Amino acid sequence: MRNENEQEKLTPEDFERVTIDAHHSERIEKPSLSFWQDAWLGLRKNKAAIVSMVVLLLVILMALIGPHLNGHAGDTQNLRHANLPPKIPGIEATGFFDGDGKLAGKKVDLYEMKKVDEYYWFGTDGLGRDLFTRLWEGTRVSLFIAFVAAAIDMVIGVAYGGISGYFGGRTDDIMQRIVEILIGIPTLIVVILMIMIMDPGITAIIVAITITGWIGMSRIVRAQTLKYKSQEFVLASRTLGAKDGKIITKHLLPNMLGIIIINTMFTIPNAIFFEAFLSFIGIGLQPPAASLGTLINDGYKVMENQPYVLLFPAIVISVLMIAFNLIGDGLRDALDPKMKD
Amino acid sequence: MSENLIEVRNLKQYFNAGKSTEVRAIDDISFAIKRGETFGLVGESGCGKSTTGRTMIRLYDATAGQVLYNGVDVHAPKSKKENHALNRKMQMIFQDPYASLNPRMKVLDIIAEGLDIHGLVKGKTERKQRVIDLLETVGLNREHAERYPHEFSGGQRQRIGIARALAVDPEFIIADEPISALDVSIQAQVVNLLKELQEEKGLTYLFIAHDLSMVKYISDRIGVMYFGKLVEMAPADELYRNPMHAYTKSLLSAIPLPDPIYERSRVRHPYNPKDHQYGSDEKVEFREVAPEHFVLCSEKEFAEMQAARV
Ligand SMILES: Nc1ncnc2c1ncn2[C@@H]1O[C@H](COP(=O)(O)OP(=O)(O)O)[C@@H](O)[C@H]1O
Ligand SMILES: [Mg+2]
Repeated sequence: MRNENEQEKLTPEDFERVTIDAHHSERIEKPSLSFWQDAWLGLRKNKAAIVSMVVLLLVILMALIGPHLNGHAGDTQNLRHANLPPKIPGIEATGFFDGDGKLAGKKVDLYEMKKVDEYYWFGTDGLGRDLFTRLWEGTRVSLFIAFVAAAIDMVIGVAYGGISGYFGGRTDDIMQRIVEILIGIPTLIVVILMIMIMDPGITAIIVAITITGWIGMSRIVRAQTLKYKSQEFVLASRTLGAKDGKIITKHLLPNMLGIIIINTMFTIPNAIFFEAFLSFIGIGLQPPAASLGTLINDGYKVMENQPYVLLFPAIVISVLMIAFNLIGDGLRDALDPKMKD
Repeated sequence: MSENLIEVRNLKQYFNAGKSTEVRAIDDISFAIKRGETFGLVGESGCGKSTTGRTMIRLYDATAGQVLYNGVDVHAPKSKKENHALNRKMQMIFQDPYASLNPRMKVLDIIAEGLDIHGLVKGKTERKQRVIDLLETVGLNREHAERYPHEFSGGQRQRIGIARALAVDPEFIIADEPISALDVSIQAQVVNLLKELQEEKGLTYLFIAHDLSMVKYISDRIGVMYFGKLVEMAPADELYRNPMHAYTKSLLSAIPLPDPIYERSRVRHPYNPKDHQYGSDEKVEFREVAPEHFVLCSEKEFAEMQAARV
């Protein structure tokens, strides 16, 4: 019965065809986001990465201005002021960083005993050099080495891998055999040889790190190039008559940039660590130059009596390693298309 | 000017020729496409259809044989200018709507790529206007120009690909399975768009597909490919009414129809190349069994088919 009632109420207009305006059906409401905007939104949600970025920026800032903050130069030796523990104005009242140190098992204020009026925030080393200034100078050197090494790795790796993958055939065969030979040689031997030939110093370390460091990047870039060069959008560009240079800069590189950045983000902490390792075993930077590695080496020697010499560079290098890795992880999540919906 | 816009003569494409991994993707095929017509190329996956299209448009160098465009051998060495001119005349539409658009480029730049390469527009405003015109030609909106490929559906992306090909005003378009990856409901849209464009601009198509159902609707003539060889070629109606090669019959028997009575009685004919039982001295050639109707067959089969026709 209900059906009949309803049928009576229907008017001819109810049977008119509903047409959809094609323009409406093709409309997209979502705001348009480029890949990089989208990646930034993703990265912003990653708290660990954001905190790491802030911390990293602070460390970089300190590496730049830290050595000028307290008026002590990093290489001024003052034997009268040797082996002083940290003493920081403002905090000293709390009992920490108050200049107290152990002498023959007893706790004494070393500053008072040695009649030192100045404050050494992170203490001094055996030669009386200010450790605060040296810490940030060392951080600066370590960061510099890491950034330069990572940049060189990136440039060589991208160029080598790109050429090898893009041109393929014989070129690729020869270039890949060379890489295989390079990989076969233990890195440390190459590095020690390099450092013996060259004067020890920043340049030697950078050369040592980059001499085999680019291989990882080149392999990744080669694989990516092989993947993208046969994609249909590259073929389309070819049929339109695009030259190799255009295809590489407009189609291949923009698609690989994400992975290149991620990989570089993981190269930097490796370079920092490798430099520290070389300096720690004594074939890296030579005194009086400081890097995190040499500082840790110095601290390690006096670890039992003056642990603060080791403490601060160890903290900085750990913070750097963690920060770079967390940022790298965050970038990978944000940039890797496979993680996206 | 000849009636044939494109002629493919004894084309061969062997990958890794001479090595143990040799693949004879195209093995001596010949056909011609008339100006303004649609030539359908069908065959199962992996039989060499894409390779044929890509070799014709010079994405691959041919192992042997010729592709003549307007009487000019496309693979012969040419000056930069001639190459450029040829690039504009032949264009391609690709199979995978997700891989055929660069995800890092805006639709504006994707469609304008051909305009930029060939210097067809002066200045930013003209460039944008041309792109908007092209978008509207393929049924999209001007707002779509500022968006990125991932925001579009498969059908919309395929239309962007068509707009990109149209940007350089081509005469001949190779459509490599342009609808295989699309929803059935969207397939008709794209096919209709291609047909409209053909009428409007007098385009010539090579339409590649892996089944015969849609090809019949769009093609004037159809070539059937099997393992790198053309096994049958005929006008579309003739091929449907009177398939002669066993493989074509098998393909036709695989098309389902929305008709339950027909479907109940439909028998699939599997194809087995061994059924031909060609002797070692028999010459298997492409022969004209009926006017315009070519079949790959032996002398004996040829006689049988001719007898069956009368
Ligand atoms: N670049 C290549 N190198 C080696 N073999 C290939 C290459 N491209 C295609 N092939 C092979 O050629 C044959 C034909 O492939 P294709 O033309 O893509 O087939 P279809 O488009 O008909 O599915 C396949 O066996 C495929 O594996
Ligand atoms: Mg194919």
